[in-house]
Order: sequence, then C-alpha cells, then structure tokens
Amino acid sequence: MTGLVVPHSWLNRLGIPPWVWSPLSVSLHAAFEATIVVAIVGSALGFLLAKGRFPGRNAIETVCSLPMALPPTVVGWYLLTQMGGPGPIRNAEVRLFGHPLTFTFNGIVIAQIIESFPYCLRFSRTAIAGVDPRFEQAARAMGLSRWRTAVLVTLPLARRGLVAGVAMAFGRALGDFGATMIVSGSVPMATTMPIALYNAVFYGSHEQAMVLALVQLTVAFAILLGVSRLGKLRPW
Amino acid sequence: MTPALELAVARRIGEFELDVAFTVEPGMSVLFGPSGAGKSLTLALIAGLMRPDAGTIAINGQVVTDCASRTYVTTQKRRIGMVFQDGLLLPHRSALDNVALAVRQANGRRARRAIARSWLERVGAEGLADRRPGSLSGGQRQRVALARGLAGEPTLVLLDEPLSALDSAVRRELRKLIRGVIISSGVPALLVTHDAEEAEELGDVVIVYDHGRVTGTQLVERPARPEPPQRAPESTGPV
Repeated sequence: MTGLVVPHSWLNRLGIPPWVWSPLSVSLHAAFEATIVVAIVGSALGFLLAKGRFPGRNAIETVCSLPMALPPTVVGWYLLTQMGGPGPIRNAEVRLFGHPLTFTFNGIVIAQIIESFPYCLRFSRTAIAGVDPRFEQAARAMGLSRWRTAVLVTLPLARRGLVAGVAMAFGRALGDFGATMIVSGSVPMATTMPIALYNAVFYGSHEQAMVLALVQLTVAFAILLGVSRLGKLRPW
Repeated sequence: MTPALELAVARRIGEFELDVAFTVEPGMSVLFGPSGAGKSLTLALIAGLMRPDAGTIAINGQVVTDCASRTYVTTQKRRIGMVFQDGLLLPHRSALDNVALAVRQANGRRARRAIARSWLERVGAEGLADRRPGSLSGGQRQRVALARGLAGEPTLVLLDEPLSALDSAVRRELRKLIRGVIISSGVPALLVTHDAEEAEELGDVVIVYDHGRVTGTQLVERPARPEPPQRAPESTGPV
C-alpha cells in the first residue's frame, strides 16, 4: 500500500532513512488520494455554487467550509464517533469494507478529505465566478451547450484558481495533524509524517524530529513550487 | 420573401425603457444611434442573452421569443453568429480553434477545422490560424471574430460595434472586408454602430435609434457588386 506513490528504492537513493519511508509514503499516498476526491467533488460543487441559482447555496457553502473554522481535533472527534461509534455510518463501513474505517489508512484519507475540501471549494468557486460571463455568452452564441461551455470555456479560463485550490487542498491534506491523529490513533501503517514528528518529539528523539520536519518542509516546498509552475504553463 | 428578422420588443432596465419594432431584410442593416440608445440591448434580446418584458422576435420566420406564449428559444439554438466589440475570442485557444468551435454543420474535428480554415482564408487571416488571440492585433482579432461569427452557417449575424476599439486606418480597411465577406456569404447581418460614416458605408438600411426608440429608417444606395475582401497584412505581433 505504502509503496504505491513513492517506491522505497527512490527514497533510499535520495538518502532518506528507512524510518522516514513509512510515514512519508503514508502521508503522500493519503494526501494524493484525498486530493483526487477533493479536486473532482470540490471543483464540481464550486461550479454549481458559482453558476447555479438555487435555494440553500449559502447553507451548503457554510456547512462545507466548517472545517476551516473548526479546530481539526473537533473534526477528528466527530469522525471518530460517527465512523467508529454505533450508527448507520459505521454499519455502512462494515457492509462495504468489512470493518470500521477508524484506525485504518482509509480513515486517514477521509479525515484529510474533510479537512482539505473547503480550500478547494472556495478557491474553485471564486475562480469560476470570476470568469468574464461574456466569454460564456459568446460560446452560447456559437451554439455550444451548457456542458461544452463549462468544459471548453469556463473551466480553462478558471484554470489558475482551480490549480491553486487543488494545491492548497493537497498542502492541507499533507499537513493535517489533529483530525488524522484522532481518526488513526497513530497505529503503524497509518502514521503520517506530522504524527511521526509528534511521536519523535514526545519520545525525545530530537534528531529524528529534525529530519522528519526537514523532509516535510522539502516535500511541501517542492510540491507547491511544481504546482505553481504548472499554473504558469502556456500563458495567453 | 421572409424577413431575416422581425422584432417588436419592450424592456425596462432601471430608468431606461426600450420599446422598438422593426424588420431586417436579407443584406446588411445597421442600428445607428448615440451610446445608451439601446442598440446593444436590442442585440442581446435578439441573441437570447436577455429576455424582453414584452413582445416577439422571429428569426428567418421562426419565432424565437414570444412573451405572450412564453416561447423562448435558447441562445445556442437560435443559430445566430455574433461578433463582439472586443472580439471575445477564447484566449486559451488558437485562432483556428476559436473558429472551429463555432462550426455546427460538420461532425468531427478535422472537418470542422477544414471549414474554419476556409473561413480564415475568406477574411484574409489564414496566416493567423495557429496564433493565440493574445498575440494578435485588434484588427487581426476582429478578422478572426468575423470568421467565427460566420463559420456556423448562421441564419443571422449580429455585429456589436465590431470596429469601435480600432484605430481609424484599420477601421476603414475592415469596413470593406466586413461588408464584402458578409454580402458574399449571403447571411443577413445586423450591425450596431454610433459612427455615422460607418453606418452609411456598411448598411443597405440604417435604422436610427434614440432613447430606446426607432426614430427613422434610411435606405442607402450603393453599387451592385460588393468589394472583394482584403488580405490581412503580414504581422508577427500585436500592432
């Protein structure tokens, strides 16, 4: 599972110590999966909120943005009690996966989805609402359907905001500690880099903590730099 | 003969009230009047980008708006072509792609692009096919916008002050091109301008607007043959 995103041989070649491999792979893998879900659902909902005229739009945005204002530990506690405690959500998990998702890798992914979703939603909504509507009118006059107008005109013109939203969501997912810690409980194979860093500090391994912090700083910097370059590709 | 456009509409926006009725015959008609007279609003109503408070609009005999019976054909189904003041070419697409997107009469990317290329040739912009709008001059952009407006075989083409953002030399050159290409295509056109010289040079009929009303209609006499379209000057960057 943990070797899917970054093969250990690469990490070895980069001189990253073996005790960093597992949390780094878990972190990248979970954040990657969470970001895929968040990018698709967040951009689609952002489009609906920017373009749709229906009752309850503000309520939807407020509810989806709650994790931005709530302490991550509160989000984690709700996830723990809903996903792990008795109730319909836990029953659904057992039916689908055979076990509850708390203290598992998938539990981390869900926690990161909830934590990072508002960032992607807000960036995408703002970017899509900011597209000059006259381009969309021109597209409709050309005979393009609403769907083709969205795909061929609106989304490409909102590209930079969408990319920024996905980058922010990825960064948030990668850096989440509170919600992930409560949902995963720091069990092996579900320990992310922030949790590994916390454990290192807690047990007084300051050298390990320093390396873990440095690796996270480097990874975050490299990813954000890459995404920012991606957003600048092919200027018009 | 069925008029290209029959229109009788009213629309109020704040203090301003538009209340106009006129018909457009095949050929080139011009809505002429000062800024704020309601010309562009009329085009938006014809295109279906806005709805009138009352009235009817028929394009080529087909009713596309009828407030009484709540008939309202969407913009994409009206089969119109539009040329906007600043072109409104999609900035992330090449000139050829911009035109190809408007081609409705062919299936398949290759067929649409072939038609688009032929339209770029007709407006003298074949050399601009692979360029993005950001690298084109204002005149070049309007050539591509004209090709895009006509490429979908529209039943009516609407031109909203297509030359007003250009300098006078380019404007003179493009007037000849616009009239030549539109007359030779046989697509009826309705052009909006506040420039009297432009109205006279481009229109077969000039419909005069003032304060949201039609105050007069004037026929323009002109030679029988349209002038051939002009070629775009070779250029490698914005002018």
